[in-house]
Amino acid sequence: MKKLAEWQLALPLTLAFASIFLAPLLMLVGVSFFNDDKITEPGFGQWAKFLGDPFSYKVIFDTMMLGLKTVCATILIGYPLALVYLDASPRLQKVLIFVIVMPLLLSVVVRTFAWIVVLGREGVVNTVLMQLGVISEPLRLLQTELGLVISLTQIEMPLMLLPLISVMSRLDPNLRDASAALGASRWRTLFTVIVPLSMPGLVAGCLLVFASSTTAFISQTVIGGVRLIYLPLLIWQQSLVVFNWPFAAVVSITLLISVLTVVSALSWLGRRSGGYVHG
Amino acid sequence: MGRRRSLGDLSYGLVIGTLATLALLIIVAPVVIVLTTSFTEGRSLKFPPTGFSLQWYEALFDPSKSRQIHRAVSNSLEVAAWSTGFGMLLGSMAALGIARNRHRLARVADGFFLSPLVLPGLTFGLAALMYFTLIGFRPSLNLIIAGHMIVTIPFILRTTTASLSQLDPALLDSSQSLGASWLYTLRRVTLPLIAPGIFAGAFLAFMASIDNVPVSLFLSTARTDMLPIRMWGMMESTLDPRIAAVSGVLITAAFLLMLVMEWTVGLTRRMRE
Repeated sequence: MKKLAEWQLALPLTLAFASIFLAPLLMLVGVSFFNDDKITEPGFGQWAKFLGDPFSYKVIFDTMMLGLKTVCATILIGYPLALVYLDASPRLQKVLIFVIVMPLLLSVVVRTFAWIVVLGREGVVNTVLMQLGVISEPLRLLQTELGLVISLTQIEMPLMLLPLISVMSRLDPNLRDASAALGASRWRTLFTVIVPLSMPGLVAGCLLVFASSTTAFISQTVIGGVRLIYLPLLIWQQSLVVFNWPFAAVVSITLLISVLTVVSALSWLGRRSGGYVHG
Repeated sequence: MGRRRSLGDLSYGLVIGTLATLALLIIVAPVVIVLTTSFTEGRSLKFPPTGFSLQWYEALFDPSKSRQIHRAVSNSLEVAAWSTGFGMLLGSMAALGIARNRHRLARVADGFFLSPLVLPGLTFGLAALMYFTLIGFRPSLNLIIAGHMIVTIPFILRTTTASLSQLDPALLDSSQSLGASWLYTLRRVTLPLIAPGIFAGAFLAFMASIDNVPVSLFLSTARTDMLPIRMWGMMESTLDPRIAAVSGVLITAAFLLMLVMEWTVGLTRRMRE
């Protein structure tokens, strides 16, 4: 009997992916080229309708900006936390990593709900600010982009921190000592040694946070409300409320393409800066 | 010169320290606040909560008042169990088959199997809904299980592949040169060594399935309601305080699970790799 080649072990999964992953995606593309919601008349009508409407571009732009703002906010406070982790004692490191990973195991819906309690009219932020006398009327934080970005910053934070920490812990500590011994300040060591060397982790984190926050349907609808319209809400409305599947297919392909475009641009930038470090 | 440097270092400590504290605060505070709010006596979810009571937990655990939530929980658990089970089987087989294969096709397959991680889940969710409906399937838990398996299998593949790459090939060679069959080597050498990797991945896959929104959003119906979708409904209409109790239960569960996984397979160490 002929010996089973090892690669054949991958066949069942290949079959599963072909039939329930690749086939549906191809069908999605196919459905988008139908003019009517009964899916009987092929044509470019839905694409023309979507691409001819200035509102579509606003929604695409807003969605991408939401992702970029969330990425910036997670870097701004996440990167310093990763630096603190790097300098911490092994015991403290264990505690920190626990705190960082735990939210990842907590349902996104729970984390979203938490922000409703924090940012709501009678939430923590308003209560504290009112009692301090900073404001007299409750601030409207829910259903604003600011509130949404703050919430997404927490919700997506582990995705930034894990790759960052994994790359940073592999840095040779001698490099930092050498930089300090040669007279560089800690700021200079940060920007000329640590940041360039941790670039792969930073880029990986940015990609994950961007991809996740632009498609975070529950957080976007619950915290952003119905007045802030992003691509995921549009997909949901068109497919499950209006039942215009071809149009929903057009929007979700647009979401896929825009996310993948920004993600590949980011990783291209990452590779370029990586090339600079390694010569 | 020395003085200016120490001033710079001071500002470094201050800025980095403040931002890192802010990050920790933002990560931890909402979780603590929700947990506290869930014990409120009042009917609304304001903070600080008024009084202490277990009324929302009682309402949540009451089978007659919260039947829909209970059904959503059992559906979610059932889907997570089956999709993780199939995922472990197909995922570890595939990892064994291609992880150490240098062929170009194996690398392509590897990227293909990991692609659900970067693909927007909503796109796949909608695609799956159209596909299953247009080829004539009626909505059922089985379809959700299939969808969840696709989007959670990358977790299993990643950790299993990582364990396989740390496996010393000399162990396999010596097993085989001592006359053990391929299957015997797999059963007695390879699998025991990569089992922690498979289980760490399975744990992440299970949690991802429990938490999945994009696929469940499109594939679940009133009859096959899933927990995150039900919770979303509870937040969208009137803010139902039972959701704070659900959150309390999920926070506790995540905390306990995390401790268990840390002790058994060293989850955090594996995630940093």
